[in-house]
Amino acid sequence: MIPTLLGVAVLIFVLLRVVPGDVVEARYLAQGSQFQSQDLMNQERAKLGLDQPLWKQFTTWMAGIARLDFGVSMWTGSPITEEIKLRFALSLQLAIMASLIAQVLAIPLGILAAVKQDTWVDYAVRVFSIAGLATPSFWLGILMILGMLIVFKWIPPMVFTPFWVDPWQNLVQLIWPALAIGYRYSAVGTRMMRSAMLEVLREDYIRTARAKGLWLKLILSRHALKNAILPVLTVMSLEFAFLLGGLVVTEQVFNLNGLGMLFVQAIAHRDYTLTQALVMLVATFFLFVNFFVDIAYAWIDPRIRYR
Amino acid sequence: MAATPQTLEELARTGERTGWVAAIVDFARQRPLGAIGAAIILVMVTMAAMAGLLAPYNPLETDYAAMLAAPGAGHWLGTDAHGRDVLSRIIYGSRTALMVGLGASLLGAIFGSLIGVASAYFGGRIDLVVQRIMDVFFAFPVIILALAVVAVLGTGAGNVILAIAAPMIPRCARVVRSSALSVREMPYVDAARAAGYGHPRIILRHMLPNVMAPILIMATAFLGEAILLEASLSFLGLGVQEPTAAWGLMLRGAAVEFAESAPWMAIFPGLAISLAVFGFNLFGDSLRDALDPRLRTQ
Repeated sequence: MIPTLLGVAVLIFVLLRVVPGDVVEARYLAQGSQFQSQDLMNQERAKLGLDQPLWKQFTTWMAGIARLDFGVSMWTGSPITEEIKLRFALSLQLAIMASLIAQVLAIPLGILAAVKQDTWVDYAVRVFSIAGLATPSFWLGILMILGMLIVFKWIPPMVFTPFWVDPWQNLVQLIWPALAIGYRYSAVGTRMMRSAMLEVLREDYIRTARAKGLWLKLILSRHALKNAILPVLTVMSLEFAFLLGGLVVTEQVFNLNGLGMLFVQAIAHRDYTLTQALVMLVATFFLFVNFFVDIAYAWIDPRIRYR
Repeated sequence: MAATPQTLEELARTGERTGWVAAIVDFARQRPLGAIGAAIILVMVTMAAMAGLLAPYNPLETDYAAMLAAPGAGHWLGTDAHGRDVLSRIIYGSRTALMVGLGASLLGAIFGSLIGVASAYFGGRIDLVVQRIMDVFFAFPVIILALAVVAVLGTGAGNVILAIAAPMIPRCARVVRSSALSVREMPYVDAARAAGYGHPRIILRHMLPNVMAPILIMATAFLGEAILLEASLSFLGLGVQEPTAAWGLMLRGAAVEFAESAPWMAIFPGLAISLAVFGFNLFGDSLRDALDPRLRTQ
């Protein structure tokens, strides 16, 4: 995992610096005064450490990360850990809610489609999940806001309330973006659940269980689900990107000041330090999720053992 | 050999024709969902090809007398905040979507499959190094990598194609490599080596054609995703730029601001995105089932 992360660090560092234009230019452009003297801009660059040779910038950055110090944002000048801390809780809560929604939708729907294979139920579930893959979550978000406006003359509040301040207010606000992201994410799981379940239902031990007269409910939950859930877990963790992608665009629609919004701003401002830190954060998180899923395999399926 | 050349020729010709028609009819009958997907794609391609004839208005023409006009006889799907015809912009937007989608999946498929086949062919240390580099790319979620590339190159249609192709390359390379590994063990590859052919020739002429099925499947599957990514990037303001007609762009800004008074601005472009991606996904799924039953996992 460490070599991969180092690779990510090198890649994003080099990528950001190969192309002309930097945060100093971006800031003057934003202020509308693009013809600043070269001296002034070089001074600014020196202040940010952009005048130093690339290898030195890189080692400084790496040394900082080793001490868990990500430096300051080149755009706002405040520490990056502060910027991230402000928004981390919101995005994490949204991600957790969205994945819960996705599981709650995907697992029962997938089982239902498999059990009722080739009936209208199966077709309905399949169309529902393919449509979920095709619908951009930001559009779904816009439609939700629009629907609530027209039907209830109400929209979710645009100012964020933290969970510990007012849990109800917080949930009422975040359930909508979570639904928009979760639906799309669930589509992947539903399709996998259906095909894994179909495979398992053809196994001999399922026939045996039915032959000895077990309830269908018990067979499904005790015998079939346990064996079918593994590939679903794999795909859900591999497609974790759906969730993150959903966060980036959906936060924009619901005007939520989360990590996705921060990322988009950092890119627009060419804020190297902040972009780097966020990319590293996401890559680390992503690798950890895959790592824990690997561990979870051994726990769910005792036949799998790692040496 | 009993048949005369004339009838043989005729036979071949009719066989060819019925072969094509029959194949299409068979495909439609056996995979109705795939046929629906193909029909949607066909409509979209027609729209893009004949945008000039089909669109009732110039998609860039502003008409401040008809700002936010509701759908009606003059403007079938209404107008936007600049008085531009929504229908015409959707029709022209299909060009942007198809161009970016096709461009990105073509680029991704070409580079991905070349890397994948070469990695499998050379094997050993080269394969190991290439795989580690691919691992680095896999640590990025698709949209994050695309956004990072946009951060580097800047916005605009050409850069968006590169940004979307970038996450496609390692994914394609991994799938193609696994197919190419078995092709590499085939006697004809050894035979080609023994005949003294160079590496590029063996890779391009002997191995690549034999892994075409997974490449085709990957490329079609990615087309829908590429269209969606383009829409997302444009929606974030980091993709195609105004005033170009692009579906994601049409959902940005005013579409949300005036959602209550002018919902058509928010509804129709999104519908176009969903339908297009829906079509490509349906078609891609069926194509996968038809071409390679082994990949039928999802």
